[in-house]
Amino acid sequence: MIRVQREDFDPAEETMALVADDHGIGGVVTFTGLVRDIADIGGDEDARINGMTLEHYPGMTETMLARIEAEALERWPLSTSLIIHRYGDLAPGDRIVFVLTASAHRQAAYEANMFLVDWLKTKAPFWKREDAETGAHWVKARDSDDEAAARWSASPPKAAE
Amino acid sequence: MSEMKVLYFAWLRNKTGTGSETIHPPAEISSLGGLVDWLKTRSPGHAEALADLSMVSFAVNQEYAEVEDPVKPGDEIALFPPVTGG
Repeated sequence: MIRVQREDFDPAEETMALVADDHGIGGVVTFTGLVRDIADIGGDEDARINGMTLEHYPGMTETMLARIEAEALERWPLSTSLIIHRYGDLAPGDRIVFVLTASAHRQAAYEANMFLVDWLKTKAPFWKREDAETGAHWVKARDSDDEAAARWSASPPKAAE
Repeated sequence: MSEMKVLYFAWLRNKTGTGSETIHPPAEISSLGGLVDWLKTRSPGHAEALADLSMVSFAVNQEYAEVEDPVKPGDEIALFPPVTGG
C-alpha cells in the first residue's frame, strides 16, 4: 500500500494495523525518516533550519511509489508492505516518510525495506526546500543516494527461504 | 494547433515564474530536446532555468523521459531538478 499525505502518521499504529492479524509474519522492519535541524548544504554544515517544505508531483508520485512497491513485492517474499510519504510544511523532528516491510523471515524484510527507501529517494518526484537561518534553498540530490539505489539494479538479491 | 501542458517544479518553478503553462509549440517540434530548446526562448527566466540541462530531469505523461524521446500534442511535460524525497 502507498499513501501520499499532508498529515502526520503514527508508526506504532500503522505497524499494528498491518501485522497484528497475520501470524505468518515472522519479522517486520520499519523505517521512519525525520526532518533534521541541520541544513543539507555543502560547506556550511552548521546552519540550522527552521523548517522545510516538501513539494511533489501529484499523480506521478503515486504512480512511482506504487511501481517501486510492486517491484519489491516481486523481488522478495513479503507478507505486506506500506509506504507513507508526507508533503507540505514540516518542522525539525517531524516524520517525513514511513516504510514498512513484513515477511516470514527477517532477511527479506530488511532487504526489501532498504531497497524501497533507496529507490524512493532517487525515483519518487519529491523536492525539499529548507528554510535555514542563512536563507531558503532547494536541497541538492546526493550522489551517495544514486549509488545506494544503483546497487539494487545489478543483480536482484534472493532472500533466504 | 498543437497544444501541450508543461509543469515546472522546485527551483524550475521559481526561475520560470510558473508552475504550469499551456503552450502551442511549432508543429515541427517532435522531440523533448527540441521542445526544451523552444521553451528557453519564452522568457529570460525560462532561459536561465534551462541553461544547464544536467541539472534538469524530465517526464512525459508522468514517466521519466530523456531529451531524445518524442513529444506530441496533448502530452503533459514536466521539468524538475533531481528528486530529493525520502
